[in-house]
Amino acid sequence: MALLEIQNVSRRFGDFTAVDQVSIAIEAGEFFTLLGPSGCGKTTLLRMIAGFDLPDDGRILLNGEDLADRPPEQRPVRTVFQSYALFPHMSVEGNIAFPLQMAKTPAAEVPAKVQAALEDVRLIGFGKRYPHELSGGQKQRVAIGRALVTHPAVLLLDEPLAALDAKLREEMQIELINLQKEVGITFVYVTHDQTEALALSHRIAVMNKGRVEQLDQPAKIYSFPTSRFVADFIGKCNLLEGPVTASGNGVVTIDAEGLGPVRVASSAAVTGGKSGAIALRPEKIRVATSTSAVGATIAEPDRRPEAKPDGRSDTESNNHFRGTVTDHLYLGDVTVYIVSTPQGCKLETLLANSGAGRTKFFEVGDAVEMSWSVDAGHFIS
Amino acid sequence: MPGTSSHSAMTSRSSERFGKWLVSAPPLVYLLFFFAIPSLIMVLASFRTPGEFGGLSPLVEDGRLDLNLDSYVRFFTESVYAQIFVKSVWYALLTTLFCLLLAYPLAALIARSPKKYRDLLLLLVILPFWSNFLIRIYAWMIILGPNAAMARAVNGVLSWFGHEPVALLFSSFAVLVCLVYVHLPFMVLPLYANLEKHDQALLDAAQDLGANGWQRFRRITFPLSLPGVYAGAALVFIPALGIFAIPDILGGPEDSLIGNIIKQQFLETRDWPFGSVLSIVLTVAALVLAGLAAWVGRSQLGTRSSGALSRA
Repeated sequence: MALLEIQNVSRRFGDFTAVDQVSIAIEAGEFFTLLGPSGCGKTTLLRMIAGFDLPDDGRILLNGEDLADRPPEQRPVRTVFQSYALFPHMSVEGNIAFPLQMAKTPAAEVPAKVQAALEDVRLIGFGKRYPHELSGGQKQRVAIGRALVTHPAVLLLDEPLAALDAKLREEMQIELINLQKEVGITFVYVTHDQTEALALSHRIAVMNKGRVEQLDQPAKIYSFPTSRFVADFIGKCNLLEGPVTASGNGVVTIDAEGLGPVRVASSAAVTGGKSGAIALRPEKIRVATSTSAVGATIAEPDRRPEAKPDGRSDTESNNHFRGTVTDHLYLGDVTVYIVSTPQGCKLETLLANSGAGRTKFFEVGDAVEMSWSVDAGHFIS
Repeated sequence: MPGTSSHSAMTSRSSERFGKWLVSAPPLVYLLFFFAIPSLIMVLASFRTPGEFGGLSPLVEDGRLDLNLDSYVRFFTESVYAQIFVKSVWYALLTTLFCLLLAYPLAALIARSPKKYRDLLLLLVILPFWSNFLIRIYAWMIILGPNAAMARAVNGVLSWFGHEPVALLFSSFAVLVCLVYVHLPFMVLPLYANLEKHDQALLDAAQDLGANGWQRFRRITFPLSLPGVYAGAALVFIPALGIFAIPDILGGPEDSLIGNIIKQQFLETRDWPFGSVLSIVLTVAALVLAGLAAWVGRSQLGTRSSGALSRA
């Protein structure tokens, strides 16, 4: 049995359905992330787990017990708020001792537990300080320490790193992963930042318009998005749309708009003529300087011979297209090149600037060849 | 050129300073003539001798300056004045306490009501200011009078228990009720200003961490509202200490407060030096108590109050 079970939960505000028939089972010790754009219902769901809001339909079970009748103060669930919500009139120690005092912990045991929590969040020596004397990152640690000190069954984190700058955020991400391993408490993490979700989580539920679009491990979500929304929301992604022209032998071919036939490995049985899409990550596309004469042949996409019946040959399983670099974006570690095909399809590609002294491979206007293997993309029906 | 810019910066700075003086001069002149100078005159009067027919005897008589401590000696030797003084402080403290008990829930209610109703509710709190102070006190004479519904109800209940009827009017009860009524808005407004700024996230956090309603109030809301409590207490206590109209109109013979004695010294007994002494003692006492409250408040909140209300 899962530790936290969300069963068919819905929450409506007037005509607006914030959370729509959501079912999630979260295992003990899991780092689980609710990921989605603002307004997708992830925070509403979190507030219902904490008890600040109640579902209109469905149930939330913790260890098999329905939480509906328990007010927030009686749920073994703690929240780390986005604004930290530290008590300004209490010292760091006072803040961390607060939930212990509420739980009627014997006064003699409080100092040791507070010290242990300070140790967990690496704030030894800061106990006597007041919140306004702390940096953003330190406040964040106090908020986490305060929520963990009573060893709740579940820790809810509502965009806890949103207010921190990029460098500190990355540090805190690593610390959160280590902390979660150390204390072994189930984390339910809410964020709109897909890189954060991918970096932290054991599993992610991608939410959109109150529904769970996909629930899986980060690598699966990234590589095999099951919907256009997920493909588009998680990372950069080229969506090649068009009607299916052939399917079988584990390969689907679609006539992608502005590109032509594109082959992708998929076990899905799709009837021809139905429209589909291929999600193709920029880094999966190989880009090379065009070997054939520039200009004359560029009007036609580079068509290789049809695949042999077995379809195993590497060159034959690849997709090849030609285009022209129309934009590039230098990002330091990588450069993004936008390549346009003659028919007007724009593809985003990515090249690592790993070569010594290399800042750029191509200039705007360069003719290039793009290729990717059939299993580089992911078919979305 | 750098020279030009620094020159123009200096001109703008000096003109800015001139502007500040221009703005603050009228109130400063006003305070000088109508507060500082009269206060000094009063201090001087407290050391002089009362005139034969009231007022003050000449400052210089037979070529010598007539200044003495007689009135101060009188205040500290005749115990009746110290007693009235203590009673005045006691009434002012009671007024402050009852105002706090009534105003806190009211201010919290207004601060938590929907934004569109808040202004209306605040208006209702200050509405009594629209009618004259004395008229409102006289209104209490009618409300508490022997033939009014309240007195009949109270005495009706008392007669059930075989108790003699009591008079509500001309009693310390009437004085206290009216003191609380008159000063209530001065407690509500600073409390509201404070409570309105409280961050709901702090209460959510406290609840999430296991605090029930009472614990949330005791540990979060009330400590954070202390600056408002202190401000309201000062605004109620200091005027309540010197009031004379309310005991005059609604009190019995035993209910004279220090304000009544001061008024009496100036207008009836016409002993100006002694009236001045009483006024000075009252002012000093108010200053000391207010300073003490501020000091207690600051040492309790410490430097913490600086970030207390920000949303971090």
